[in-house]
Amino acid sequence: MAGIKVRNITFKYPDSKAPVLKNISFNVEPASWTAIIGHNGSGKSTLARLIDGLLIPTAGSIEIDGIRVSEATLGIIHQQIGFVFQNPENQFVGATVADDVAFGLENRQVLPEKMEKKINDALEMVGMLKYKDVEPINLSGGQKQRVALAGILALMPKIIILDEATSMLDPLARKEILTLLKRLRDEQGISIISITHDLDEIELADNIIVINDAQIVKQGAAADVLKNEKLLTEIGVGIPVSQRLQLLLATRGINLPNRYLNLEELKNWLSQQLQ
Amino acid sequence: MTNKIVFGSYVPVKSILHRLDPRIKLIMCIAFVILIFFVNSWLTGLWLFLALLLAIKLSNVAVKQYWQGIKPLFLIILITVAFQILFSSGGKTYWHWGIMAITYDGLINSLIIFYRFIVIITASTVLTATTPTFQIADALAWIMKPLKIIKVPVNQITLMLSIALRFVPTIMDETSKIMKAQRARGMNFNDGNILTRIKHLVPILIPLFVNSFKRAEELATAMEARGYDPNAVRTHYRQLTWHSRDAWAGLGLIIVVIGLFSIRIFF
Repeated sequence: MAGIKVRNITFKYPDSKAPVLKNISFNVEPASWTAIIGHNGSGKSTLARLIDGLLIPTAGSIEIDGIRVSEATLGIIHQQIGFVFQNPENQFVGATVADDVAFGLENRQVLPEKMEKKINDALEMVGMLKYKDVEPINLSGGQKQRVALAGILALMPKIIILDEATSMLDPLARKEILTLLKRLRDEQGISIISITHDLDEIELADNIIVINDAQIVKQGAAADVLKNEKLLTEIGVGIPVSQRLQLLLATRGINLPNRYLNLEELKNWLSQQLQ
Repeated sequence: MTNKIVFGSYVPVKSILHRLDPRIKLIMCIAFVILIFFVNSWLTGLWLFLALLLAIKLSNVAVKQYWQGIKPLFLIILITVAFQILFSSGGKTYWHWGIMAITYDGLINSLIIFYRFIVIITASTVLTATTPTFQIADALAWIMKPLKIIKVPVNQITLMLSIALRFVPTIMDETSKIMKAQRARGMNFNDGNILTRIKHLVPILIPLFVNSFKRAEELATAMEARGYDPNAVRTHYRQLTWHSRDAWAGLGLIIVVIGLFSIRIFF
């Protein structure tokens, strides 16, 4: 289990004037799910890269499990964090599915005789085992995204960062993958940070960080942020179905509990009222 | 599966050659290419040609498919041969005009060059048709291993090579996408003389290059995130193991070599 401490970070690309991120601070608890949401170009991906040490902040500090992210600690940081990027094509290194999953294991110097099982297990988890010897050109975008995730799962990192990593999956497959990730968080204590526009994925989070114009405009428990329909509409992710239903019920003069209810909770509440 | 093959592409059928270890296939292919330069008579030429025919037969890939693979290169071969005929001198002269002449030596030379071209290209096509590219990369890595002693970064080179090969189909795909996009904007690639046609390549090449650089950068970031360190020791998932059939193939190669030199000495 590993937590993340981000303290006052500012980041500016060398050739730009305005910083991409300004004075960002937050904590990620071990074994929690944090969703980072915001407009395109708001700096979400940059923030994720900073956490993984792929970019070094202009000011401020980041600690992963008590280790400060810097050039000297990159090796250890990369071992703690598994990063699934947006474009699955450009992170597919291997000649076949199995080779690609093996890439991370090879970097960690896992012995060849131990790799087979790890590869099979990881591919099984994402439902890609039967595509083991397939070349990337014969896979769809969604399948490549699953393989990218398998490549991370084979390494069993303590933290998984998903940068719109389920964007090419069909709704059913996305649900499967999200259930898998939820299980991993509960059973293995993996912390998950997901950058996403997808409401289902956002609803799974324990905490939500909303970034706009290089700054955190809101952070807190998912239930609090998801209640704020004005903010959600403003950043363009839309309002969750359950929240919309609650609003509609409220306008008809029905008294609802003053907290966020997900679909399941709302259903239970409604059936209680009807009895 | 389409039975049209481009030069250098893998043909997924079952054959004894497909099952051989890529290392022995690569060694045989390289040895064969070297042997071509020891051909000095009709008989030695015929001997190697027969060996090649045997390889083609064993590869279970139709001769027609090999021909389709060689066809695009045929024009280049013909031009080279024509130059040989016209611009080399020596021996009896049959015809001449200015600096051009057809001579006995020129004809013989061009014949040798024609033979070498065809045989070398076919031999390497046998290798690529029966061996997936990533296996060829593995074999190359193995063959280059001794170079580590003189500090050649063999691991980096082979990873580079296998990534390059892995992205070939991706980039071909992208090329056809860009061409379609340009066609949709009214570009006609089949119109005009050769100069206009070359000019028409520019709007394909520029986006292709820009995208490739972008890809390379993203790939490098992803590799770094997955713990790749060019200077660190890595293990290898794909392990090659020798089988008895590979020894038989090696024996076959030795027979070809002995045969060639016996013919050279005794005939």
